[in-house]
Amino acid sequence: MASIDEGGGGGHKKGPGVKKAKKLSTRVDMTPMVDLGFLLITFFIFTTTMSSPTTMQLYMPKDTDEKDQNKAKESGALTILLGKNNVVYVYRGQLLPDASNFHVTTFKGIRDTIIAMKKDVINAHVHDAGCTKIQEEARVGNDKVKPPILPDPNWKNACLDKDLVIVIKPDDEATYKNTIDILDEMAISAVKRYAMVDLFPTEKALIQETEKRGGN
Amino acid sequence: MPSVKIPRKSTFVDMTPFVDVAFLILTFFIMATKFKPEEPVEIKTPNSVSTKDLPEDDAIQVTFDSSGRVFFSVLAAKDPTIKYNVIKHINETRSLGLTEAEMKNFARTASVGVPFSGLKQLLAIPVEDQKNFKQPGIPLDTLGGELYYWIRDAVGTFTGKKLLYLIKGDNNAKYPAFKQVLTAFKKNEIFKFQMITMLEDAPPGSELAILRNREKAASK
Repeated sequence: MASIDEGGGGGHKKGPGVKKAKKLSTRVDMTPMVDLGFLLITFFIFTTTMSSPTTMQLYMPKDTDEKDQNKAKESGALTILLGKNNVVYVYRGQLLPDASNFHVTTFKGIRDTIIAMKKDVINAHVHDAGCTKIQEEARVGNDKVKPPILPDPNWKNACLDKDLVIVIKPDDEATYKNTIDILDEMAISAVKRYAMVDLFPTEKALIQETEKRGGN
Repeated sequence: MPSVKIPRKSTFVDMTPFVDVAFLILTFFIMATKFKPEEPVEIKTPNSVSTKDLPEDDAIQVTFDSSGRVFFSVLAAKDPTIKYNVIKHINETRSLGLTEAEMKNFARTASVGVPFSGLKQLLAIPVEDQKNFKQPGIPLDTLGGELYYWIRDAVGTFTGKKLLYLIKGDNNAKYPAFKQVLTAFKKNEIFKFQMITMLEDAPPGSELAILRNREKAASK
């Protein structure tokens, strides 16, 4: 209660026989109202989900579109395979017959692999006509699309990584989370060209072999 | 010597400002709370660095849970007649023989995950009791399965509007389920999707974080 009972309450008597009408307080005890208020607050705090969901864009190619597929330069291609238990396999360029360029890594390690690959692609970059166009686009930016693309102060570097292509191949045992995580990695490392395709049988066999050797 | 009289002070505390504050906070939470539409399954979506907001209208959502069950829903909060039109269209093209009441029930249902053959049975149940009905998921195969028809007919109903295609998957769902959902969309000549995720920050030092900082600086 908000007050301590002082006994008696209304006014003091002045001797015997003096009767006075009790003054009733007009004060309302607000305590139950506060209780109720905070109870409701607690309820709403628990039911509110503060983080609202967002969406991630994904563009898939048409299955029949085979023209684009062989355009990638071998030197700039990185293939990422997603296995089970969050294991990631990666190789550069073509898969060698003896699978010596086939490496096992994790989702933590894949970012460094992508960054290292990107660095190598940038170092091996040769300027050509297509590059000038990309540079110009980056210099001007684009305010017509939503959200607008800002003019890049480092526009000279815009086309350095244009040969970098990452091919993502999730295995049947890979989870949806793995797939989203790897697509997210593309956004984090600003990889402009990537594709999600199916595994080759040889790659599938290689993953199974590696899993067997690893004992899982 | 007159004794010093200590005046009796009331210990009554005025609670009114306290009530004011409590109800102010309460009002804030009531305003900020958005109740999730009830879904037949609980989905834990993955995180991503994407910052795009989730649309509420003019969208088709395909949900798949960890065991690969697929659910279909039409998001049209502003205009409930759209959902009705969708089911009417499907009823005609697939000749399901749904009654008017069942079609009206679909307009109130959040999402469905039954084969066409079981749709009549599901829609005969009132919306409140549907969560007790175990939905087996929309049948899928490598050619899109029944989901293909759902998407086709829903898209047909939405003509003239910019429609978004949402995919909501569970963390533990396997990749083939996702691939089959994509196939069903691709068969409908749809190649642009939005995947529903929860927001996480771009890792510091990464290229994306640098880009975001630049955008932030530009907007100031």
